[in-house]
Amino acid sequence: MTTTDIPAPATRKPGATTTPKRRPRRESQGPAWVFLSPWVLGAIVLTLLPMAVSLYLSFTDYDLFNPPRWVGLRNYVQMFTEDPRYWRSVVTTLTYVVIAVPLQLALALAVALALKSMKRGKGFYRSAFYAPSLLGASMSIALVWRAVFNDGGTVDNLLGTGGWVNKPGWALLAVALLTVWQFGAPMVIFLAGLQQIPAELYEAAAVDGAGKWRQFLSVTVPMLSPVLFFNLVLQTIQAFQVFTPAFAIGAGKGGPADSTLVYTLYLYDRGFVASHMGYASAMAWVLLIVIGVVTAVLFRTSRSWVFYASEGDR
Amino acid sequence: MTTTTTPVVRKPVAWGRIALHVGCLAALLVMLYPLAWLLATSLKPADEVIASLDLLPSRLEWSNYSTALDGVNDVSIWRLLSNSLLIAGGAVLGNVISCSLAAYAFARLRFRFRGPLFAFMIATIMLPHHAVLIPQYIIFNQLGLVNTYWPLILPKFLATEAFFVFLIVQFMRGLPRELEEAARIDGCGPFRSFFKVVLPLTRPALITTAIFTFIWTWNDFFTQLIYLFDPDKFTLTLALRSFVDASSTSAFGPMFALSVIALLPIVLFFLAFQRLLVEGMASSGLKG
Repeated sequence: MTTTDIPAPATRKPGATTTPKRRPRRESQGPAWVFLSPWVLGAIVLTLLPMAVSLYLSFTDYDLFNPPRWVGLRNYVQMFTEDPRYWRSVVTTLTYVVIAVPLQLALALAVALALKSMKRGKGFYRSAFYAPSLLGASMSIALVWRAVFNDGGTVDNLLGTGGWVNKPGWALLAVALLTVWQFGAPMVIFLAGLQQIPAELYEAAAVDGAGKWRQFLSVTVPMLSPVLFFNLVLQTIQAFQVFTPAFAIGAGKGGPADSTLVYTLYLYDRGFVASHMGYASAMAWVLLIVIGVVTAVLFRTSRSWVFYASEGDR
Repeated sequence: MTTTTTPVVRKPVAWGRIALHVGCLAALLVMLYPLAWLLATSLKPADEVIASLDLLPSRLEWSNYSTALDGVNDVSIWRLLSNSLLIAGGAVLGNVISCSLAAYAFARLRFRFRGPLFAFMIATIMLPHHAVLIPQYIIFNQLGLVNTYWPLILPKFLATEAFFVFLIVQFMRGLPRELEEAARIDGCGPFRSFFKVVLPLTRPALITTAIFTFIWTWNDFFTQLIYLFDPDKFTLTLALRSFVDASSTSAFGPMFALSVIALLPIVLFFLAFQRLLVEGMASSGLKG
């Protein structure tokens, strides 16, 4: 994972000021800051400052035209106790994440395993299965999805279920399937991970009498667990922020009956349609905290199931 | 089936492998169905869009495309296309320049707080965009830049997409240091060694950055939705948006013709750079 190499420079830092021999020339810092300046400016003006501002705004009533009015915890209280649509959006988003992410990753892993030992056509399949990951985020495909899952669309005709888009219980599933359709990106990452597992491990396991299934459980799963973890974190974070497909399939309003009203869609509705910027800021901060907590939980549990074969190999 | 593979004469028939290919091809057909549907519908006459279950239209209705080319809401399609290109092109330029500069500092130069700043940069990859969206909007609103392209392009020149900084850092760390050391001995400072030695070697990572930026910006909907109001300034994605509320199927043909046109650049980029894209994605999950 990305964080494994962070401690290396970090541990060097405290000694940096006390041991000048590591960095003989003081002036060599200047160029680094020149290279960094766009990033530093962006981090301050477009990331840190906005985060602080939105934290402040979340305690105010602000409509973009009149100055913000301090209301204390009012937005948060309203959100948690008086706004059924807010909870609706929370439940919708969680349902979506819980359906879409495991399905997508399971499919990605299954296809990666199928392609791994393939001798011919691997490159072709890999590219072809990857293509939807690039196309799927577009409005064009979201509109296709809406039509295919609409009354009289392909799914209706094949299954005779009627269009999912107009059924409260089903519309969200159509959104989730669009995410599952884009399993190519995690699949490519899985495949790269599978190919890095040394063949000796499988040979050794086979010598010890392990069958295919045993090899999968004892070699593939632990060796692949860092990659699985990476995909899980990345896809979960992305899933929490789904917007375009829900916008298109829910006809811009999260319909039918708010069944596709995902969190970001409701945030957009509160902030940019209803001009309740303070309320929307509070929503954004809750989202930030929830994603932070979920990521932290994933990292915490990862200690028990993610296996790093070569800790600090670089 | 078996006769097509030559070495099969000696080996037993590899049923397992054949089944694997059959399975993969079947999965591929399901996967590609929405794309085939899109292409077919964009060429269907209005009365066949829903009434007919056939994927293939009875006759090719090219007028869908000429209607689409007339534009949306009195804005010509060339206008929409050039707006989309301008935003995507600006984003590509911004990301390639700013991310490679920051990446070089993180990968090769020493400076105070390098560790914590690097950790912070990584953390911003995971930061939900929506956490900073509203204040950013307010800032751009105060500056009078809402309903211009600045809010869509300027952030890219400030390396706000940390994913690409990380991608380029990873690539630069893999480059041999000897070349830079040789350049240093020859009297090159960090700037010359960056432009003359490191940057040319980093080309694959820069191209990957450029293509991903293009595709992601091209597909972006949320940011364009909140910042652009004038139909004149609309992109293809925003023009397609006006079809979202439409419930009638009469506009289906032209709408999906426009969808095909909007997807075309991505498809072309994918076909041209598929290897680089797939490998760029593969390497993002490994190393580090």
